[in-house]
Amino acid sequence: MNVQAPIELTSAERAEKLQGMGCKRKRVEDIRFTQGKGNYVDDVKLPGMLFGDFVRSSHAHARIKSIDTSKAKALPGVLAVLTAADLKPLNLHYMPTLAGDVQAVLADEKVLFQNQEVAFVVAKDRYIAADAIELVEVEYEPLPVLVDPFKALEPDAPLLREDIKDKMTGAHGPRKHHNHIFFWDIGDKDGTDEAFAKADVVSKDMFTYHRVHPSPLETCQCVASMDKIKGELTLWGTFQAPHVIRTVVSLISGLPEHKIHVIAPDIGGGFGNKVGAYSGYVCAVVASIVLGVPVKWVEDRMENLSTTSFARDYHMTTELAATKDGKILAMRCHVLADHGAFDACADPSKWPAGFMNICTGSYDMPVAYLSVDGVYTNKASGGVAYRCSFRVTEAVYAIERAIETLAQRLGMDSADLRIKNFIQPEQFPYHAPLGWEYDSGNYPLAMKKAMDAVGYRALRAEQKQKQEAFKRGETRELMGIGISFFTEIVGAGPSKNCDILGVAMFDSAEIRIHPTGSIIARMGTKSQGQGHETTYAQIIATELGIPADDIMIEEGNTDTAPYGLGTYGSRSTPTAGAATAVAARKIKAKAQMIAAHLLEVHEGDLEWDVDRFRVKGLPEKFKTMKEIAWASYNSPPPNLEPGLEAVNYYDPPNMTYPFGAYFCVMDIDVDTGVAKTRRFYALDDCGTRINPMIIEGQVHGGLTEAFAVAMGQEIRYDEQGNVMGASFMDFFLPTAVETPKWETDYTVTPSPHHPIGAKGVGESPHVGGVPCFSNAVNDAFAFLNAGHIQMPHDAWRLWKVGERLGLHV
Amino acid sequence: MAKAHIELTINGQPVEALVEPRTLLIHFIREQQNLTGAHIGCDTSHCGACTVDLDGMSVKSCTTFAIQANGSSITTVEGMAAADGTLSALQEGFRMMHGLQCGYCTPGMIMRSHRLLQENPNPTEEEIRFGIAGNLCRCTGYQNIVKAIQYAAAKINGVPFQEAAE
Repeated sequence: MNVQAPIELTSAERAEKLQGMGCKRKRVEDIRFTQGKGNYVDDVKLPGMLFGDFVRSSHAHARIKSIDTSKAKALPGVLAVLTAADLKPLNLHYMPTLAGDVQAVLADEKVLFQNQEVAFVVAKDRYIAADAIELVEVEYEPLPVLVDPFKALEPDAPLLREDIKDKMTGAHGPRKHHNHIFFWDIGDKDGTDEAFAKADVVSKDMFTYHRVHPSPLETCQCVASMDKIKGELTLWGTFQAPHVIRTVVSLISGLPEHKIHVIAPDIGGGFGNKVGAYSGYVCAVVASIVLGVPVKWVEDRMENLSTTSFARDYHMTTELAATKDGKILAMRCHVLADHGAFDACADPSKWPAGFMNICTGSYDMPVAYLSVDGVYTNKASGGVAYRCSFRVTEAVYAIERAIETLAQRLGMDSADLRIKNFIQPEQFPYHAPLGWEYDSGNYPLAMKKAMDAVGYRALRAEQKQKQEAFKRGETRELMGIGISFFTEIVGAGPSKNCDILGVAMFDSAEIRIHPTGSIIARMGTKSQGQGHETTYAQIIATELGIPADDIMIEEGNTDTAPYGLGTYGSRSTPTAGAATAVAARKIKAKAQMIAAHLLEVHEGDLEWDVDRFRVKGLPEKFKTMKEIAWASYNSPPPNLEPGLEAVNYYDPPNMTYPFGAYFCVMDIDVDTGVAKTRRFYALDDCGTRINPMIIEGQVHGGLTEAFAVAMGQEIRYDEQGNVMGASFMDFFLPTAVETPKWETDYTVTPSPHHPIGAKGVGESPHVGGVPCFSNAVNDAFAFLNAGHIQMPHDAWRLWKVGERLGLHV
Repeated sequence: MAKAHIELTINGQPVEALVEPRTLLIHFIREQQNLTGAHIGCDTSHCGACTVDLDGMSVKSCTTFAIQANGSSITTVEGMAAADGTLSALQEGFRMMHGLQCGYCTPGMIMRSHRLLQENPNPTEEEIRFGIAGNLCRCTGYQNIVKAIQYAAAKINGVPFQEAAE
């Protein structure tokens, strides 16, 4: 029996000491990051390591007539120059994409976008490699360039993909044209048409979500090291999904998976950029296998922005049907999706347009229909989810802009239109017309809280006055009020509908308690700044009563971590976070058996109290988790195996559906086009909140990325397919000066199916923020009948809107 | 390529080395001196992840040649903590105020903030935002970085830190 300590802490005091769920625990990671002791891929330095760099295409579409590598190979310090001809015998000149297409590793006979990889130079250092790529002579025969996706399916459009020209069935069904990738549709087409035919009002617009890039501050990079004696490959890389990369490397290299050690060390931001597999990884691996020494590949910023995965490029013709008093009857949406030269979308395999079918948003409507055509153009390939769960960003942009334009056509306030059409709390679980089952939500509550916080009605009154003053010529400023009420779909996902290359999208946690009561836990996810080392420990601390500071979290080493699908789509908390709680509960169940044995009572006579099992009615009789841990190694009960550890592979029963209400107040100078964000308020409901400090940080960051995308960021191409602005000189990343100040707020509607009720939050602010900014801009001009104004809303384009409307006379 | 002899001080330690004239300071620091705190983010001096302190100036070491640093005194993020391991006020502030997420911009951000506070020990929020405008962060939205710098300024000035209401 325990002798009670002289000063026993109360349960609440003991709980606080654990630094468990709900507290603003300071981050574990920061100790090393603030001292320059992070370990990122470019910090990996191995004896004899070589450096690889790419010769890239200057043309957007051209036949390669010849490649002369002789001068480059003759340069002292150059070890090899690889071209498609070298990879062909290995069948590695193409690699599979996650979207069921293939992608050229090195250009095979022709180039399909500017800066495409043509040859891979391997040299003693990065300076010699840079010299050598200048010495590779490539002769091109230019071909007609296809930039505009709306022209991709014209009968005489240039043939881009000669490698699949005879393959008229793609991974997602028939292709109707040589530049067609897929057609995908969902919903009740006839029922939707019927609802539209009967509607009082039909509101139709084409919303373009322009091409952008996730652009983490650290580019994509890797170090491949082949040990020829052992036949083992170690691959360090900026991998958001290291286990998937290991499987892919095994499948395409033929090396057995257990002889491939993939390690994702600290990652300098990902935002979706680091999910896919890129030519640089394949070439570094091949070069290391051929040469038998480590090879490092590091993108520069121009390469990053112009080659490794763009995001969006969705052209969404969106229609809402409604009664004249504002009840939405149906939605119809057709998307033209520009995928660039290869379909390298990073979506679950069965979802060629990701979760675009969440596009009915937060609104209850009986019927909807969505169709998507994917096309090839002479642009970089990709279509990744930039801080987004697989096209949910595009979906939310479509519905949240459509609500605004419908409100305008109805002459209704758009907040009132939203409130009128909200899915009501008692309707959850809600079966949306395009197939998803929303798990939980309380939209009216969140909307009311947000409207009260910003003083919505007063803002509208002020706007009215400003508009009158503008018409009288007393001000040159327009005031816009942006609203976004978004519903996300995250946590991919249930094996019944989500897999990547056939691997179900579960995730995992393995927890091991050491004899002295400290813990190591490993997950299949991989943090890129989300603070997993801090937050997973908080979940375990609360579940097992071990202080978070005594828990080490490890991710990214595929030899030691359980298999998981990685971190993107706000899936870590919904999947691996759930696995963590379930694994902890397995341990707790065993701990209860051990405690019962030690206390000589029946298990059912015990109750859990923060960090211990105590005998019901006899609180002085207890065993702490620490004591139980020691006993599990020292004196386990008969018939119970020693040790205290558990693993869980969590296949979520459903997605989670975080939501939020965002408001933005903006003032636009019509003479300069400069838009100033006066106020931005973000209310998020991500269910149970694990660490409010980290949640707020995620919201700040996501809003800043949303601001960048809506207000200036763009990967643009000219008519020749030249990529414009592939440097930070041109690609808008806001500094501290431009970035607005953020107000955060929350409601809590726990997920009913998640073990701790959490939903994920990392992407909500981006998903909800972009339409909020765009709505603010559009709202400012709406009373002048400007029509829908496409993003990005930089000063030049907003000045042009003023010009078009004749405001500059 | 013929190499040049340089002598300088890094984090208080004298350093002598042979460098190619074209060797960038960031590569010299990271690869020859094995101080990997400073990072490369853009190669064009826009992002500031490579910021180090050179003779009392914030310098973007990705667009400075190592040979230009001959005779200089450089401080990198590795030189910020005290000899006994105590974190500097800025390092503490970044952690306390959640002024970092992925950590990639942090060394440059801390070095820039360090110089800012040397030049202006009690900056306003606007002065902080302007002062760090040469350093990009993709994760935090800057709000907590501003607070981290305010926290450090208060600590250095020996006054209590008052977090501004949101």
